[in-house]
Amino acid sequence: MSLENFLILGAALFSIGLYGALSKRNAIAVLISIELMFNAVNITAVALSRYVVPASLANSPSAASDEVVRLLLTGQVFTIFIITVAAAEIALGVAIVIAMYRNRETVFVTDASQMRH
Amino acid sequence: MNLGAGTESAFVTDAAFWVIAASIIVSSIAVVHVRDIFRAALFLVVVFVGTAGLFVLLRAEFLAVVQIIIYVGAISVVILFAILMTQDTEQGSPPNRLRYPVGIMAILLGAAVVFTTLNTDWIEFADVLPSVSDGAASDTLTVETAQKVDEVYRNTIPKIAGFLLRDYVLAFEAVSLLLLAAIVGALVLVKER
Repeated sequence: MSLENFLILGAALFSIGLYGALSKRNAIAVLISIELMFNAVNITAVALSRYVVPASLANSPSAASDEVVRLLLTGQVFTIFIITVAAAEIALGVAIVIAMYRNRETVFVTDASQMRH
Repeated sequence: MNLGAGTESAFVTDAAFWVIAASIIVSSIAVVHVRDIFRAALFLVVVFVGTAGLFVLLRAEFLAVVQIIIYVGAISVVILFAILMTQDTEQGSPPNRLRYPVGIMAILLGAAVVFTTLNTDWIEFADVLPSVSDGAASDTLTVETAQKVDEVYRNTIPKIAGFLLRDYVLAFEAVSLLLLAAIVGALVLVKER
């Protein structure tokens, strides 16, 4: 269990999500794949903030104040924001899919190439 | 000394990591490969729970709980509801024409990221920790700093709260506005005309 393991896992998850997001016809499958990519980014952010030494700490290791050490949690705070944006995105995405299904009787993105309804 | 580690043994955490990593990769491949969209959403739940497990291994217990509540509890349910309301079970989730070029592109991107990861000289905590025998050299963290770093991971929630409500308070308020806008937008979009 090292930094590289987590980063490679995140890269694999992101690639799988990218493949799903671009190759699926069902709009809900596209949303699900985007959630996979969000998860990959979250894992990467938390792993980086857990393992990598901040530059200010590496350059002056003896002068580490509580303020600097506190910065180690920045990746986790970023992840909280990513999770919030993901929640907003899925709510809007599902609403758009349902509106599209109501107007066109389809959930396939290939059949929804026009913006008017 | 392993910074931020608890009393768990390295073997147990390693085994847990590999089990979780394997289940995440297998489930995510199943998510994009299964034709039945409902089963894909259920495999997505497995990926979410596995990610929460990884957060625990990374000493981000608060994020693990948030992950369970928001992703497993809310987002999965919203996706399952959307599938049930728009169900085309017999059509499933077929791939579009771009399947093979997109697959090759995704593999290339993943390979590029893995290559970059393995060839970057990360400055990790394991490299700069003071050794117990000869004291702290000039280019390593002092024992005091190492203890401070250890202390951060013992109690993360008050420090995360300090970040959210002091350092990043503007982003915090912007995100709450975004959530409000998303809720109003979703309601307007699905309103019966």
